[in-house]
Amino acid sequence: MGDRSRYATIFVQILLFSLIAALLGRLFYLQVAATEKYQDAALDIQSRNIVTPATRGMILDSGGKPLALNRVGLVITVDRSILDKEEDRGAASLKATAKALKMSYEEVFGKTRLCGEKVDRALTGGARCWNGSRYQPIPIAIDASEEVALSIVEHAERYPGVSASPQGFRFYPGTEGVNGAHILGYVGPVSEKELANSSPKKYFLNEYLGKAGLEKVYDDELRGTPGVKTIVVDRKESATSVLKESRPIPGNHLVTSIDAKLQAVVERELVAAIYRARSGTVDKKGARKADAGAAVVMDVKTGRILAMASYPTYDPNIWEQGITAKQAKDLYSAQTGVPALSRALQGTFAPASAFKVVSVAAAAKAGYDLNGKYDCPAEFQVGNRTFRNYESKGAGRISLEQGIAISCDTLWYQIAYNEWLKDGGLRPKSNPKDYFYKAAAGFHLGKRTGIDLPSESAGRLADRQWRERWYERNKDFFCNYEKRAKKSQLTPYLIAIAKENCVDGAKIRAGDAVNFAIGQGDTTMTPLQMAQIYSAIANGGTMWKPTVGKAIITPEGKLVSEITPEKIGKLPLSKKTLAFLKKSLRAVVTSGTAKWRFDGMPVAVSGKTGTGEVYGKNLDGSSKDTTSWFASFAPSDAPRYAVVMMVSQGGTGSGTSGPSVRRIYEAIFGVQGQKVIREQAIFPSAPPSQIPRKPVVTKP
Amino acid sequence: MTLLNNKPRRPRFERVAIVDRFDIPLLAAVAALLGIGILLVYAATRDWFASFGGDPEYYLKRHALNIIIGLLLAFGTTLIDYRLLRAYTPFLWAAAVLGLIAVLIPGIGATVNGARAWIALPGGLQIQPAELAKIAIIVGMAMVLAEKHDGYEEPQAIDVLQALAVAAIPVLLIVMQPDLGTTAIIGASVVTMIAVSGAQLRWSVGLLALAGIGAFVAIKLGVIAQYQLNRLQSFVDPTADPQSTGYQLRQARITIGSGGLFGKGLFNGPQTNGRFVPEQQTDFIFTVAGEELGFVGCAIIVALYAVILWRAFVIARRANDLFGRLVCLGVTAWFGFQIFENIGMTLGLAPMTGVPLPLLSYGGSSMFATLIGIGLLLNIRARS
Repeated sequence: MGDRSRYATIFVQILLFSLIAALLGRLFYLQVAATEKYQDAALDIQSRNIVTPATRGMILDSGGKPLALNRVGLVITVDRSILDKEEDRGAASLKATAKALKMSYEEVFGKTRLCGEKVDRALTGGARCWNGSRYQPIPIAIDASEEVALSIVEHAERYPGVSASPQGFRFYPGTEGVNGAHILGYVGPVSEKELANSSPKKYFLNEYLGKAGLEKVYDDELRGTPGVKTIVVDRKESATSVLKESRPIPGNHLVTSIDAKLQAVVERELVAAIYRARSGTVDKKGARKADAGAAVVMDVKTGRILAMASYPTYDPNIWEQGITAKQAKDLYSAQTGVPALSRALQGTFAPASAFKVVSVAAAAKAGYDLNGKYDCPAEFQVGNRTFRNYESKGAGRISLEQGIAISCDTLWYQIAYNEWLKDGGLRPKSNPKDYFYKAAAGFHLGKRTGIDLPSESAGRLADRQWRERWYERNKDFFCNYEKRAKKSQLTPYLIAIAKENCVDGAKIRAGDAVNFAIGQGDTTMTPLQMAQIYSAIANGGTMWKPTVGKAIITPEGKLVSEITPEKIGKLPLSKKTLAFLKKSLRAVVTSGTAKWRFDGMPVAVSGKTGTGEVYGKNLDGSSKDTTSWFASFAPSDAPRYAVVMMVSQGGTGSGTSGPSVRRIYEAIFGVQGQKVIREQAIFPSAPPSQIPRKPVVTKP
Repeated sequence: MTLLNNKPRRPRFERVAIVDRFDIPLLAAVAALLGIGILLVYAATRDWFASFGGDPEYYLKRHALNIIIGLLLAFGTTLIDYRLLRAYTPFLWAAAVLGLIAVLIPGIGATVNGARAWIALPGGLQIQPAELAKIAIIVGMAMVLAEKHDGYEEPQAIDVLQALAVAAIPVLLIVMQPDLGTTAIIGASVVTMIAVSGAQLRWSVGLLALAGIGAFVAIKLGVIAQYQLNRLQSFVDPTADPQSTGYQLRQARITIGSGGLFGKGLFNGPQTNGRFVPEQQTDFIFTVAGEELGFVGCAIIVALYAVILWRAFVIARRANDLFGRLVCLGVTAWFGFQIFENIGMTLGLAPMTGVPLPLLSYGGSSMFATLIGIGLLLNIRARS
């Protein structure tokens, strides 16, 4: 053997054994050093979670009647992960399914597209897209006939990726005629975003979550715990063994303080008020737009919501079939009045004269004699602007109580103007008294009530700080108005106002101060805030956090937890002032602005009307009509209920809202004509304090 | 050398004694690997066949049959003095070339996984001529390189060119299938043989350079199919082709990695039983070992291969003549590179090609060729 040959052999030897060593090293890395990573990866590949959603708990009224329940229907679902693997990407399967369900192919196709997916809109027939994930079975029809479901199951080869199974779906039965859409909310399939954000794995595919209203707030209780079966699958996705299995634990029921009967009455009466305003029969000013409204009934002793309605509303069951693009658009469109918006807690409006309870508190603190006499001229001059009484009538020299009763504005202009001057006017003192702003803050204006419903508005307390912030934001617009404003906004009047705002917009001007005292200007409130304040006046000054949820009970009837009302503040009122307020609010109904609407009412009601001026234009270019407010409580001597109604662009407080509020009280107390018939009362003595332990299912 | 030449020829009746002169460590390693292979093939296929109601022992039985045939072939190989094999070499070579031509003819050759490499025979049998061509090339080259000089003189240019011609014809036919894995392994063996034959160094270096240029040109001219490029790309970047090749490689790595130190236990690998790795009874048989036998089992398998290589080198060193030594080293290089290519592929150390793992993978042709190769080693050992 020559040297060359020997060296070459040694080289080959070294090379081959090095390769062997490399294999061993790599094996050690994969199987010992990094094995954990690969074991996790293997488990990921082999295991699949099959999620059986838990039966969602019901939402019950205070008597146990279901407001939200589950219905079982034959649901036809499409599995995109199978469909997409078909050669024609499932077209044949969907066509066959559409035919069986007597739907158009476009609709079925559209329904099985994900909402984020890029699809030619023309191909979907405008149908609802799927708001969930690709890996969930997508329902295309709930409540299919048995015949159709059977034929799909039996001829599986004709319908690849399509299946039929009985499934529970959320149903809002409309007990006692209740709509309740804004309170109840709706449920929807878990979205990819929610899945991604849920940590540690709180949600599973296939699950439905509460997306709005009580369904959202109490979702954790209602949803229960889904059953998870972890199976090991092979490459063809057929199961080979079960790793672990847990059974679904049904969700708990939510008992609310809503009374279904009362809720239905309130919803009806709100609509009645709206149509009353639209009919133009209320007063000489004729038909009003009355585009929206809200009503709240609160238990003044606890802050519990007994009924709450918002107009316009929508059918809460539209979410269940998956909602069409048009329906979704309509829910949020200004053309249709944004039905999705709950006016009761999201609508903010100038409180107008209903605000004067705050002004009384401010005047009392400022040392004005509540029993004194005050001038009520037809108008009051501030600088070059004239502030008038509503309908420009004067009442001479009157008591403060009478001023409240007949809703005299000029009386408050004088007081507010005096206080504004004392605080320094346009050159405010470093430490102004600000009686009005402080009183308003004491009544929690600009502060959320904290109700157990999502997306509540805080309203706005237009005090000095707010004005400064507002000015900072808008300075540029006002000071360069002629450049920034639209052509249509360039009227001499608006230009003058802009100029004024540019100069001293950061300051409270006399006009702002006097407007504030009568609940006009930039201060706004929600009907719910109004109910909270009037409840507090009624109950002796306690501010309650409003609640809708009352208790959580298990499906077996065990009490899990009670949602106890919470005191969140005390009104800044002395006993004397409070007594004066109650007397005055009673006078509103007995001798003041609401008298004509409450004549002959056997139950003593106290309240305050409000007719709020609104600036701005409607979509059709007409000026906005006034906001109708009626805030009240009853019985006057031992108050238990606060009822607030608001109709946007609804005309006057007493004219439009008054009769409806009266009807609500009549239903609560069982008033027939001029008599109280206890048996007919929704609450013969008081709202129920007992918590029902199981749903009361009534046959329709 | 003189001593060896003076050795008397063994009488015919002494043939039985050949068995006594077999290399025991080599035999033991081969036997152990064949036994492990039977278990692994069974583990890889029993659940699969049982799942559609087939005979779970279908592959097991056929694999055992292949081994028996292979062992008979190996034993047969040991019977004739390897020096006499030279006489048969031209026929063997011609048969291999004819087989390789046959697979390229549509209707005779069957295409599996993109390569037209099989001849389908009646009864569902398939033959892969490329496997047998390996032996023909090794023996043929050894013959040409050792012919005139027989250890006295190193091969000259003319010998090397002749040897390359012996290799080139079957290799070109294999490239046309196209079976790049087998081509690469044969190529490595050819270069090894020329290097260890004592030929000028420039031959081996030149061949390596030529292989590099050839590969480059082939890619540029589009001779190499897209799927082959994908495989190479997947090796460099596993995410490049996640659906097929990348998937396979990723699954292979996960399957082996999840085995851990001691494995999931024979027949208990969920990845294996779920058939997540395609071709797991043939080219990816090592993943079954990886998952079910763990690092310990895999290390033992690799060690057994190392024993085979070690014995092969020892036998080569002790060989009587250049021919025997070249055959030995040719077989060693073939085994060594094929083992590395196959296991390295499953571990992500080598690009994916479709070559089986000697002695473990299911597949008749490969088993026969491998065992004939072992037979050659035993033959040379017995007569040195």
